Amino acid sequence: MTTSLAFTAALLFGVGTYLILQHTLSRILIGLALLSHGANVLLMGSGQRGTPPLIGSGDPARFSDPLAQAFALTAIVITFGVSSLLLALAYRSWVLTGKDEVEDDVSDRSIASGGHLDKEVIDEEAWHSKALDQGGASRDTEPAGHG
Amino acid sequence: MNALLPLPIVLPLLGAALSILVGRSRTAQRIIGIAILAAVTVISVVLLVAVDREGALASQAGGWEAPLGITLVADRLTTIMLTLGSVMLLGVLIFAIGQPGAERNHIGFQSVYLILAAGVSASFLTGDLFNLFVAFEMMLTASYVLLTLGGGREQVRSGMTYVVISLLASALFIAALALIYTATGTVNMADLAGKMDDLPPGLRSAFAVLLVVVFGIKAALFPLFFWLPDSYPTAPSAVTAVFAGLLTKVGVYAILRTQTLFFDEGSRPATLLLVLAGATMLVGVLGAIAQNDVKRILSFHIVSQIGYMIMGLGLFSVAGIAGAIFYIVHHIVVKTTLFLAGGLIEHIGGSSNLRRLGGMVRTAPFVAALFLIPALGLAGIPPLSGFVPKLALIEAGLVDDQHLIVAVSLVVSLLTLYSMVKIWSAVFWNPVTEDPEQETHVVSRLGGPPLMVLPTVALVALGLGVAFGAGPLLDLSGRAAADLLDPTTYITAVLG
Repeated sequence: MTTSLAFTAALLFGVGTYLILQHTLSRILIGLALLSHGANVLLMGSGQRGTPPLIGSGDPARFSDPLAQAFALTAIVITFGVSSLLLALAYRSWVLTGKDEVEDDVSDRSIASGGHLDKEVIDEEAWHSKALDQGGASRDTEPAGHG
Repeated sequence: MNALLPLPIVLPLLGAALSILVGRSRTAQRIIGIAILAAVTVISVVLLVAVDREGALASQAGGWEAPLGITLVADRLTTIMLTLGSVMLLGVLIFAIGQPGAERNHIGFQSVYLILAAGVSASFLTGDLFNLFVAFEMMLTASYVLLTLGGGREQVRSGMTYVVISLLASALFIAALALIYTATGTVNMADLAGKMDDLPPGLRSAFAVLLVVVFGIKAALFPLFFWLPDSYPTAPSAVTAVFAGLLTKVGVYAILRTQTLFFDEGSRPATLLLVLAGATMLVGVLGAIAQNDVKRILSFHIVSQIGYMIMGLGLFSVAGIAGAIFYIVHHIVVKTTLFLAGGLIEHIGGSSNLRRLGGMVRTAPFVAALFLIPALGLAGIPPLSGFVPKLALIEAGLVDDQHLIVAVSLVVSLLTLYSMVKIWSAVFWNPVTEDPEQETHVVSRLGGPPLMVLPTVALVALGLGVAFGAGPLLDLSGRAAADLLDPTTYITAVLG
C-alpha cells in the first residue's frame, strides 16, 4: 500500500515536472496541479495506516494516523485556492495577450537574440514594444513609449 | 505574557475582516489598518523586552500540550524579526496611503495587506513545521494579490512567474514535511529537534539540504533567485518595498531556524551554505550592475544581500550568526527605505528608468538625501548601519579561516557601492540625458506628498538609529545567536 502510494507520488511528480517545463500556460497549470497532488499523496502515505480513527470503533492502537489526513486536507484546500487564483491570472493573461503562452522577460529576450540595450541607440521602452510586436503579440500593443 | 503571543497574528486577521466590513469608507479602513499595525508593533516591542529579559516564551493554543497542539514560540530571534516586521509594515502602509495608486484605487488593499501582516507574524511565531507552511501560504497568497493589483500586462506576466515558482516551492515543502513526518512522527519543531538526532546521518543531511532548497526558493538564494528581480519591480512601489524588506527575510529566518534547531554539527550543510552564499552575493551584485532601472537594481541587491545573511549562518559560530542577525536587522530597514525612496523618485520623475531621470539633486534635494543615506548604508560605509554587521561577519569569517568567502564579501561590498553610485549619479547628479522636456513635477518642497515623505524620513532615521545603536544591537544579536546554537531554552519553553 505505502509502496504503491510512493510510486503514485513519484509518477505525479514526474509528469507534473514535465508539464511545468512546457511553454503553454494551461499545461503549466495542469502540471502544478499534478505536482501538488503528488505532494498530497506523499502526505497521505506519511502516517501509520489502519482502521478508521473513530473513538469507540475499535482498538486505538490499530487506528490509522488522522494527523496525516488532516495535513493533506489542509494542503488540498490551500492548493485549491491558489490554483483558482492562478487560473484567474492565466485568463487575464489570455485576455491581455490573446495567447496561452508564458511571455518572455524583456531582458531575457534581448540576451537570447544576442542584442543588448545600447544607451545611444535604443530607448528601452520603444524597444520593448518593438520586441513585443516581433513576438506576434500585437493584439493590444501599447504605443511606443511617449517620445 | 504568554497571552500576547497569538495577538500579532489574530489582530491583523480581525483587522482584515473589519476592513472589508467598512469597505465603503476609506478613512475607516485606514484608521483600522494603522491602529492594528501600531498595536502589533507595541506588542512586539513588549515581547522583545520580555523575551530578552526572561528567556523564550511559548503558548499552546486551546490548551493542547506540545507536541500535539498548535504551538507559538517567541525567542530572541523571533521577537527581533517580529518587531522589525511590524515597524516596516506600519511605515509602508502610511507610505501607501500617501501614494496615489494602489491603496486608493483598490477597496481590498487594506485587508489583503493586513493578511500579509498576519502571515508574516505567523511565520515568525509558529513552533510547528506544518503551521509554518500554512503561515507561508497565508503570506504568499496575500502577496500574489498585492503583486498583481491592477492587472496590467507586465504585472500579470511577472505575477504568473511568481505564483508558479511559489507553488512549486510549496509542493516541495509539503513533500519535505511528509518525509520528515514519516521519519520522525512529529512536526513540532522543538520535538523534532530531539527526534532528528535518532535518524541516520545520511537522512539528516538529506533533510537539511531539502529544507535549504525549500526555503532557499523563498529567500531567493542562488541558484533559485531568478523569479525575484523579474517580479518585484512590477508591483506598486509601496508593495515592492514591503516585499523587499520582509518576504525574502521570512525565508532566511526559516533557514536560520531550521538549520540550527534540527540539525547537529555533523549534518549541517555548512560548506554548501557558504558556497551558495558567495554565489548569491556575486551573481546578485553583477546582475544589479547590468540593470538600468532603479527598482530592478534594488531588486538584484536584495539577492546579493541575502548572501551575507547565509554567509553568517554558514559559519555556524555564535559570532557568524550574530553578524547574520544584525545584518538582517540592518537590511530590512535599509532595503525598505531604499524602495520607498525609489517610490519617491518614481513619483517625481514619472519613471524609474535611469535614462529618463536626472538632475534631481536640484529639483528634489530632500529626496536625494533620503536616498543617499540608506544607499551608503547598504554599501557599508561607516558610520552608517551596514558597516558594523559587515565588519562582524568578516571578523567571524576570519576567525573561522574562511578567507575566500570574506574576500568575496569585500569585493561585493565594493560593487554594491559602485551600483549605488550609478543610481546616484544617474538620478540625482547628472542632467537629464534624454527627453529634456520630461516633466518633473515637484509637488512640494519636501519632494512628495507628506504622507509619502514622512514614513521615508522615519525609516531613514531608524536606519541611523541602527547605526548609532550598533553596540547594544550587536550584543542582542549575539544573545539571539547563542540561543539558536544552543536551543535548550527554546525546547524547554515548548516541551516544558
